[in-house]
Amino acid sequence: MTGPNQTSGPSGPPVIGSSSAGPIQTSGPSGPPVIGPVLLSAEALTKRFGATLALDALDLQIAAGEFFALLGGSGSGKSTLLRIIAGFEAPDAGRLLLDGRDISATPPWARPVNMMFQSYALFPHLTVADNVAYGLRRAGVAAAERAKRVGDALAMVGLEGFDRRRPHQLSGGQKQRVALARSLVMRPRLLLLDEPLGALDAGLRERTGFELRALQRATGAAFVMVTHDQEEALALADRVALLDGGRIAQLGAPRAIYEKPASRFVARFLGAANVLEGRAAEGRFESAEAGITFAGDIPPGTVAVALRPERIAILPAPADGPNRVRGTVEDVAFRGDDSLLLIRTEAGAVLRVAHAEEDGAPPARGAVVGLGWEPGDVVALPA
Amino acid sequence: MKARALLLAPAWAWLLLFVAAPAAILAAIALAEPDSGLPPFRLALSGAGFAPLVEDSYYLDALLVALRVAAITAGLCLALAYPMAIGIARAAPGRRVLLLAALMLPFWTGFLLRVGAWIGLLRDEGWINGLLRGAGLIEAPLAMLYTEGAMLAGMVHAYLPFAVLPLFAALLRLDPTLEEAAADLGARPATVFLTVTLPATLPAALAAFLLVFIPAAGEFVIPDLMGPPEAQMVGRVLWQEFFQNRDWPVAAALALCLLGLLILPIRLFQRLEAR
Repeated sequence: MTGPNQTSGPSGPPVIGSSSAGPIQTSGPSGPPVIGPVLLSAEALTKRFGATLALDALDLQIAAGEFFALLGGSGSGKSTLLRIIAGFEAPDAGRLLLDGRDISATPPWARPVNMMFQSYALFPHLTVADNVAYGLRRAGVAAAERAKRVGDALAMVGLEGFDRRRPHQLSGGQKQRVALARSLVMRPRLLLLDEPLGALDAGLRERTGFELRALQRATGAAFVMVTHDQEEALALADRVALLDGGRIAQLGAPRAIYEKPASRFVARFLGAANVLEGRAAEGRFESAEAGITFAGDIPPGTVAVALRPERIAILPAPADGPNRVRGTVEDVAFRGDDSLLLIRTEAGAVLRVAHAEEDGAPPARGAVVGLGWEPGDVVALPA
Repeated sequence: MKARALLLAPAWAWLLLFVAAPAAILAAIALAEPDSGLPPFRLALSGAGFAPLVEDSYYLDALLVALRVAAITAGLCLALAYPMAIGIARAAPGRRVLLLAALMLPFWTGFLLRVGAWIGLLRDEGWINGLLRGAGLIEAPLAMLYTEGAMLAGMVHAYLPFAVLPLFAALLRLDPTLEEAAADLGARPATVFLTVTLPATLPAALAAFLLVFIPAAGEFVIPDLMGPPEAQMVGRVLWQEFFQNRDWPVAAALALCLLGLLILPIRLFQRLEAR
């Protein structure tokens, strides 16, 4: 167990200055250089449920005003972390600092943090307006001020005129907006969102995603979103932490994580890349399962390489040598602006290959094709 | 259609035999004239059974006392049942079974046995007085038995599980994130209960209240064995009219009035439920 005074571990982001005051910089080359001063700081947070280690000495800093995504599968610890930040669970060890103040023992009703629940958790016996006014009433805001702020919050989420409705009279998207208004009306500096788009149908998700970002910019609050959907995390967040087994597998700007996955787990979780195992030797990487020799920037100790489907080209004529392979088209899935091809190499591994529409019709099922890519497209994975 | 009728037949037969028929007989006796023979009435359309109810305030008082005691019993049961039901509903599943079993355990002993146990505890030479006197805290025994307090203790003890179970079921169904959302928005635990838990479980609370109130209003045994002698609850008056005065028409008329009075809150509850 690390002591409470240690700041970020090896998986945390580089931090300039002390853990509570310095600005956070992103680790990736393509993210904005500085996000902002630290708002929330988790230090060596540990939580056990029986024999399960939900959080394993996790370090994390959230900057003021950033949109942060906690990404991970079920059991990764992302929801536990969110519930600890909200105050519904107490960590077994470690500290949670808000503006440098230890809030680990502060009950949820006294934390200046609000949460939007996955189920929305609207009070069924209250009208929309009373739901939104609930927190203001608890804070003792006077009636006139309260009515104004409720009206503003409902206008902000586009629900003017819904004041008198009850939750059961609303659609899923409208409920989500009420839940959002109910938390935002409290003007939190940190808003927690548990799978905010999870219960919406596909058409509404994209639009709501953009609206969430606009609301985040308009309010200036830091948004911390939990999601299991990598597309959602990459699309919405300024920074993404991918969690695995209660630890941060990788943290960085979406583009940095997508382009430079730090491990096989990250590359596989993001789902976009082909991940091939093998052995590095003399600046090259031999993958026996695929029968491919990769050339590129391959440091010693590389255990796998990632290769994105859109970087693989179908060659006019099959060729041999490094970064080249032959295979048979097993299946073709049309996706709109491109087609996804499953191509089995002669050694037996299946590669996912994206074939852009502008390059003409994709090869048919059963066709034998040659594949090739540039050395710069090969991402070496050290773990 | 035939199969459905066949399936419903036992239910209809039950209602006819044990609800409709006794009610009809009761109504017939209430309208009959008292007689000294056996049975102690003569079928007629006399109204002799109802006349004393209007003329003598004794009967109305007995009804009012019963309603008051039943309301207090139900209110006390509800106040005790909420914390118990919350505790049971929030316990880990394995513990929950144990707690529910502990709640139902007294029901495995006979009802009269439990009343007897209370009498043993409360009477002048009982356990509590013995303990207090042995400790030198009191000299003369406290008069606990045959008071309204003793009667209420016995009634609450007897009917408490009927209040806990519906509340427990409702609390188990209650979405726990509702209470978390309230806390997240700044509500302290007591406020969470008053503004979220209580409104969300109000139908169950009403059901729990009625489940205690209705049988408590007609209760005869506990008031008779533990209550103050002057407390004439309607159950006791019914007993006296039937078995001591042998005035069956008056007793039947009184029973019908009680039935009518108890149907009223049930109808009210159904109206609220439908809303």
